[in-house]
Amino acid sequence: MGCNCQKTPTEQDVKKIAELDQYIDSLLAGTSDERRSGFLIQILHRAQSLFGFLSEETQKHVSEKLRIPVAEIYGVISFYSYFTDKPVGRYKINVCTGTACFVKGAAKVLEEFKRNLGIQEGETTGDGRFFLGGLRCVGACSLAPVVMVNDRVYGNVTAEKVAEILAECKE
Amino acid sequence: MRIESPEFLKDAAAKYNSVTPPPVEILVSMGTCGIAAGTGNVLKAIYDEISAKHLENSFGVREVGCMGLCYAEPVIMTIDHSTGKQTIYGKVTREQIPAILSGRAGETSECYVIPRNWYYPEFETPAEGEIQARIVLRNTGRMNPEKIEQYIANGGYSALGKAVTTMTPQEVIDTISASGLRGRGGGGFPTGRKWQFAADQKSDEKFIICNADEGDPGAFMDRAVLEGDPHSVLEAMAIGGYAIGAHTGVIYIRAEYPLAVKRLEIAIRQAEELGLLGKNIMGSGFDFNIQIKFGAGAFVCGEETALIHSIEGHRGEPTVKPPFPAVQGLWKKPSVVNNVETYACIAAIIRKGAEWFRTIGTEGAPGTKVFALAGKVAKVGLVEVPMGTTLRQIIYDIGAGIKNNRQFKAVQTGGPSGGCITKANLDLPIDYEALKAIGSMMGSGGMIVMDEDNCMVDIAKFFLEFTLDESCGKCTPCRIGNRRMYEMLEEITDGRGTVATLEKLKILSRTIKDTALCGLGQTSPNPVLSTMANFEDEYLAHVKEGRCPAGACSKLIHFQITDRCVGCGICLRNCPANCITGERRARHVIDQDKCVKCGACFNACKFHAVERV
Repeated sequence: MGCNCQKTPTEQDVKKIAELDQYIDSLLAGTSDERRSGFLIQILHRAQSLFGFLSEETQKHVSEKLRIPVAEIYGVISFYSYFTDKPVGRYKINVCTGTACFVKGAAKVLEEFKRNLGIQEGETTGDGRFFLGGLRCVGACSLAPVVMVNDRVYGNVTAEKVAEILAECKE
Repeated sequence: MRIESPEFLKDAAAKYNSVTPPPVEILVSMGTCGIAAGTGNVLKAIYDEISAKHLENSFGVREVGCMGLCYAEPVIMTIDHSTGKQTIYGKVTREQIPAILSGRAGETSECYVIPRNWYYPEFETPAEGEIQARIVLRNTGRMNPEKIEQYIANGGYSALGKAVTTMTPQEVIDTISASGLRGRGGGGFPTGRKWQFAADQKSDEKFIICNADEGDPGAFMDRAVLEGDPHSVLEAMAIGGYAIGAHTGVIYIRAEYPLAVKRLEIAIRQAEELGLLGKNIMGSGFDFNIQIKFGAGAFVCGEETALIHSIEGHRGEPTVKPPFPAVQGLWKKPSVVNNVETYACIAAIIRKGAEWFRTIGTEGAPGTKVFALAGKVAKVGLVEVPMGTTLRQIIYDIGAGIKNNRQFKAVQTGGPSGGCITKANLDLPIDYEALKAIGSMMGSGGMIVMDEDNCMVDIAKFFLEFTLDESCGKCTPCRIGNRRMYEMLEEITDGRGTVATLEKLKILSRTIKDTALCGLGQTSPNPVLSTMANFEDEYLAHVKEGRCPAGACSKLIHFQITDRCVGCGICLRNCPANCITGERRARHVIDQDKCVKCGACFNACKFHAVERV
């Protein structure tokens, strides 16, 4: 994968930044200075969905727009599990770590993903294809154990089904 | 159109109700788990069948929220308006749709018809001889959540109309106080008293906040309400705003619930269009608006002070109370924070009165409670029962007992703050105090059933791992104490623990309970303490004999193949670690060094030749 800190933003990035700015401006209209921070989490959600992760540049950009110190923004990003400041794989595999899934054997499913992909929780494979992580309860407990691959939910997953799920993640 | 008065609302409801429904209505359960189970395909098949056979005049389709029959998703329900007959079909496939629509489904054995007595959506007061009653879930699974007309037709927003035009704010608070409603998020604090505190504050600005950060793993009732009946929450927040003198409502919702967010946004827009939110609601002069704020994956944000910090865009760390949010909350203004399920009770109480509400449930805890029944129970789903119902009624009468004829071992309530309840307490009528007395708690209503294959030490370790992950790190007992507890539990499940480890665990548990800053830390030792109290023999088996009675702790078990093996090779093919060898028709062998102890061979063997010891 290598380093992702491109010095010259691509045309696509410029477009995304413009989209983010527009979103921020629409939120901030009519908001007093001390309440600007109330939109921070919403803005970070949008930025992450646009760029895939929250790079240092993105954090600086948001900091300037909102007039909130970067340190504070980084504090928020590192606190909430939804945000990441590192690029993640194209296929985000998240094994539900909720109680119902645990009781029904989610730990074994996670083990099997780790073994098959050769990575630990929170890591991305060398080819940038798969990210493996845990997910807080998605509330689909009747389908436990549950695995989410990007936005798709797989229910009643067993260790035996892991290879099948990975095979479905084609380019 | 703008609804300008309660009379106008009544006329609108009458108008919506006077529309002749199609002869047969098909309700399709479109909640998150229904969609994940394939309801979308079923819905498409229904539309295809209707248009292919030109049945537009005979059938109407209604997309509804979760019906609570999660184990049987995809679920659809047909209502024949000529006879009043209602039929619920579970585990529906596309192929069954033609049979169901032609009315022949009852005759073909492939269709799974769910008996009526497992589902009582229309009774707000429990019917004679029934266990379930639906106040919170009164519209969920019955109504299209994206159509405000259906909510209005069902009496929706009439409670708001009644409150803002015929009652004073104090009368609203008195009604809620008299009803005895207590917080359904877990703590059980009287809702009326909370509102009174905020109402008594003098301030230029106040807030009504809805806590929709349903973080307890295994609890999904709030999601079901938000996805299936979002207006009931909006209406209640507006009533609360009127009562305490707030003009802004904020819903704090977790980012893991995209469908609930979408339905809330639609609901807010529709209510604003009709003037049921916004300026001068129903001609009363009362203004109220609602905004949505998002969480970003932090369990501690369910704690009200942490939640408020998160709305303000900060790290969601709790702060010491007092000051309580009712005095100094969001942006330092008086704020009321209630949970989704609590709000979902409000409109019904205003409409039907405090007296009616008190007839349901127990003396100390009137009303109903929604439980998310999950784990090893046969019928996973959402149930709503009056307070005081026993666990046996919930697990056996509604949940149909344990899956695969296994033995019941324990039920866990209260999430990571709660405890495990054993067979001995199955007949205890449950409410806030009763659960606390046996070392657990109500919590938000997650109920995870466990069978003999679940190791209680392992379960305690699981919850502690969750707390570790979610601890915000602000106070030492929670940040470091729980880490040490986790390490001790790991020693036990790895077979390195001693009797002294158990003693140390108890001491540290008590210290953390006494000294942690917020509810998360103070209750984090509960799963350990309750499993130690109820399943001491299991802990002792680990530390004294190096044995896991449930066969769940992988370091303490191994698999071996006995001479019952016929050499069919199914274990070999199922083994993910390729550690089984053997010639065809000869006894196979497991390489213990390579075995990952996943149990795939154990489950696959048809001859019971694989032993777990």
